[in-house]
Amino acid sequence: MTFVELEDGTKPTSAALMRQVVSHLTENRTRLREEWARRIGEAQLLTAMTREEIFAEATLIYDSYVDAIATRTLETLEAYAQDLSERTVPRGVETHEVLGMVLLLRDVLARSLFAKYQSDSELLDRVLDAYEPAANAIAITVAAGFVRERERVIREQQEAIRELSTPVLRVRERLLILPIIGAIDPLRARQLTEQLLRGIRAHRAKVVVIDITGVAAIDASVANHLVLTVEAARLLGARVIVTGLSPEIAQTLVKIGVDLRKMSTVGDLEGGIEEAEHLLGYTVVPTAKPAPA
Amino acid sequence: MQVPILKQGPYLIATVQSALTDADMMQLRDALVAQVGQHRARGVIIDVTALDVMDSFAAGTLQDVAHMARLRGAETVIVGIQPDVAFAMVHMGLTLEGVATSLDLEAGLAHLDLSTGVSSHR
Repeated sequence: MTFVELEDGTKPTSAALMRQVVSHLTENRTRLREEWARRIGEAQLLTAMTREEIFAEATLIYDSYVDAIATRTLETLEAYAQDLSERTVPRGVETHEVLGMVLLLRDVLARSLFAKYQSDSELLDRVLDAYEPAANAIAITVAAGFVRERERVIREQQEAIRELSTPVLRVRERLLILPIIGAIDPLRARQLTEQLLRGIRAHRAKVVVIDITGVAAIDASVANHLVLTVEAARLLGARVIVTGLSPEIAQTLVKIGVDLRKMSTVGDLEGGIEEAEHLLGYTVVPTAKPAPA
Repeated sequence: MQVPILKQGPYLIATVQSALTDADMMQLRDALVAQVGQHRARGVIIDVTALDVMDSFAAGTLQDVAHMARLRGAETVIVGIQPDVAFAMVHMGLTLEGVATSLDLEAGLAHLDLSTGVSSHR
């Protein structure tokens, strides 16, 4: 056992063992890195990246990995994990790919340690005891960093969609339009109501046309919410006309037994605006005959 | 706390200025219905802008006022319900069925002018 540096003649401490592991990993850097990159390819991970990119990434991870083991701190690795996530999340790299990649490296390194120390099983035990907690901590750090970054991106996108999704538009004095596009979940339904009621106050609206042509279907609770919104708008002194109901939505509304005297509905947005103009006392007159096509 | 009732042309205007107890609410109802006869009023406006909560008793009493005033020949409009209050009310099923509502005093006056066919600006 020439490579075991015994400190004061006793068994090596775990710190000394880790030093050995680190020097082993540093010496065999090229071989282990290539082995790892090959295994990543075999496992079909990181398919969104080219071979060269994977190899470059592997080098970076390998070095921060060894650095984390050597310094016994996760700071460099945390910074790297953050950086890795920021680069890979927008390219559609999945959580299982990143985690799988890190676990593969853990596996490759453990196997090389196993090969190196297999003649002395007691020493091997101690080396693995020292190596594995560090390797696990690294895997957790990278995976957690990746998931955190993904969640941050998702939160930002949700925020952006939410802001875009509920415009309240003034068409004429006292007439608002609220076009709704896409699925309505309970959260969005609440937000719609809030924006509509505030819009009615701000614009002193008397009539509001809610156009739901872009909504394919709604469930019973959202349908009920819609009815409540219509009634709340009435308490503020505004009439609501709902337009563009799909057959599915019509069926839902009938099924939950909506009182149709409370809710005016018109087939399409054009009809809804005409009805609203009529309620407000507008007449739209063409100034000239349309030019022949 | 008593609610002041102002006479404005053919209309009576009651402005609720703070949260009312049930007794205050009933007093307001009786005073309004009595004054509709006294002043030969054609319309009643109850302004609840200052209220940040409306319970079932208050909503029920406002509805009673509207129906009683109609029997005595005056149209009632509730004005100034806040957006949050409106949504809380419909959640509790307090939809003020059969009672006219308007955004604020101005819109309420316009509504009465239209529905009673008289003008407050004489």
